[in-house]
Amino acid sequence: MTQTLIVVIYLVLLLVLGYFSSRLFRGNSNDYFVASRSIGPLVLFMSIFGTTMTAFAMVGSTGESYRVGIATYGKVASSSALIHSACFFLVGLPLWALGKRNGFHTQIEFFRARFESSKLGYLLFPILVGLIIPYLLVGLMGAGSVMQGVTRGAFPEIFTSTGGAVPPWLTMLVISCVVLYYIFAGGVRSAAWANTFQTCVFIVMGFIAFVTISSKLGGMQAASAMADPGKAVRAGNLTEMQFLSYCFIPLSVGMFPHLFQNCLTAKSAKSFRLTLVAHPIAIMITWIPCILIGLWATGAVMPDGVTPVIPEGTSPNAVLGMMVGKLATPIIGGLVTAGIMAAIMSSLDSQFVAVGTMFTKDIVVHLFGKERFSETQKVLLARGFICTIVFVTYLFTLAEPRSVFSLGIWCFSGFAGLFPLVFAAIYWRKATKAGAYAAVIGSALSWFILFRESDYGANGSYLVGGVMPVAVIFATCAICMVVGSLFTQAPSQETLDKFFKKKD
Amino acid sequence: MSKGVVITFMLVLFVLHQDFWFRDDATLVLGILPVGLAYHMAFTVVAALAWLVIVRFAWPKYLVEEENEGSEQ
Repeated sequence: MTQTLIVVIYLVLLLVLGYFSSRLFRGNSNDYFVASRSIGPLVLFMSIFGTTMTAFAMVGSTGESYRVGIATYGKVASSSALIHSACFFLVGLPLWALGKRNGFHTQIEFFRARFESSKLGYLLFPILVGLIIPYLLVGLMGAGSVMQGVTRGAFPEIFTSTGGAVPPWLTMLVISCVVLYYIFAGGVRSAAWANTFQTCVFIVMGFIAFVTISSKLGGMQAASAMADPGKAVRAGNLTEMQFLSYCFIPLSVGMFPHLFQNCLTAKSAKSFRLTLVAHPIAIMITWIPCILIGLWATGAVMPDGVTPVIPEGTSPNAVLGMMVGKLATPIIGGLVTAGIMAAIMSSLDSQFVAVGTMFTKDIVVHLFGKERFSETQKVLLARGFICTIVFVTYLFTLAEPRSVFSLGIWCFSGFAGLFPLVFAAIYWRKATKAGAYAAVIGSALSWFILFRESDYGANGSYLVGGVMPVAVIFATCAICMVVGSLFTQAPSQETLDKFFKKKD
Repeated sequence: MSKGVVITFMLVLFVLHQDFWFRDDATLVLGILPVGLAYHMAFTVVAALAWLVIVRFAWPKYLVEEENEGSEQ
């Protein structure tokens, strides 16, 4: 009961924040979609970091650490520490400069102009939106699992089917409505401010969870001593080829539509400097407590010294919620749950804004022309499409649940697989329209075939010849781009001058 | 200058990330952190320092020109 009350108070605080950030909203689509390119270093960093940390980073990492041990940090987090910043530097900065110079609001506007093809946008749009849906699913499912784990037994008379816990469908519905409210209030500016607030909340609450749980287990040394030693090493949990091929996963940030939009909100290139340096450290601060909690969960027992905190057969998604629910006081449990919700919502908001922006700019305005709709109508169109996507995602959440980590990996694999497209667009003058079409179609087909082979994500250990599927998707995209470009005519000189004249 | 520095840092850090040396060592550093995890924490700090060096000494020239153009407009 106490936990639920604290989470509700936190959600109300977010609604208030949404209301105040709406007062800053200038009422035009440029402000709604890219905050009039006015975001400074600190808010940019908090916003980008908050966006990249979702249920995958907290719920997923704890569950995966419980399942395969500390290798989880190396295979995703420390590689991200290096590669995320590399993506911001090698992709984010050039795209910011090109976006500012040419007035781009979305990735698709950039690709259309770079590859001189309007139809490329119609091909990319469903693929990018289709890949965002599992990302949204990861967030919503993570929120539902944690809330259910933490509130177990709190409402025995109201929620009988879930053992008195708040059912996931209700948590997901409430979370969606709260995020929709504050992004409708002020678009990407609201999302940026809310992310800044939420990033602070989830870092602090994650730390509190870590200290509380370790204390309850008899201190950090006792908790680590209790853990399964087999999970304290990489060997036996992950092959070398798996570990190596996991490095492709963080390249996904180079193709996330919501991160592209976040980058465009920057006031200046210098605003990125803090993000480049602080992002790796922030990843470490967020992931390490979760990895250790997951490791401790492999051997943690209740104060009676016998009963395991996590019963055998528990879903990895539920590990964090159960550790917090069983080992923290109700107040701490509530605060930590609010922190986890903060991490989840700080990603959902940017993703919601990005899909709305893409629909309005890349489909509606592109089809009917800029003059056909007023600024207010454009914002309304974006909101309508966001509601539709949220509704579709919500329906997916009611289907058979998947592991948050596994679903997240498939989503990231799709975006990472498209990385050669954006990289070639920025750095390879010879990259052509035909190469871009081949790359998009090749990577989409290979993603779908492999996703189906993995039983639509149900087989969390699915590999292709011993490597992660993302390596195959990435290679397919790169080969298609190179072959398609080498055998077709280069872009016009006018386009090349527009996109290549100023990079050193 | 900037391209060379960035590529060198990336390659060195990529090799360091593979961590063949602690893959089957379950020693606990300070009795808390498995050594493989402690190594990757240290790697993360080194990655941040590498980015600090890049930002400080290898900031791309085209961005400086872009900023200057923006301030002139």
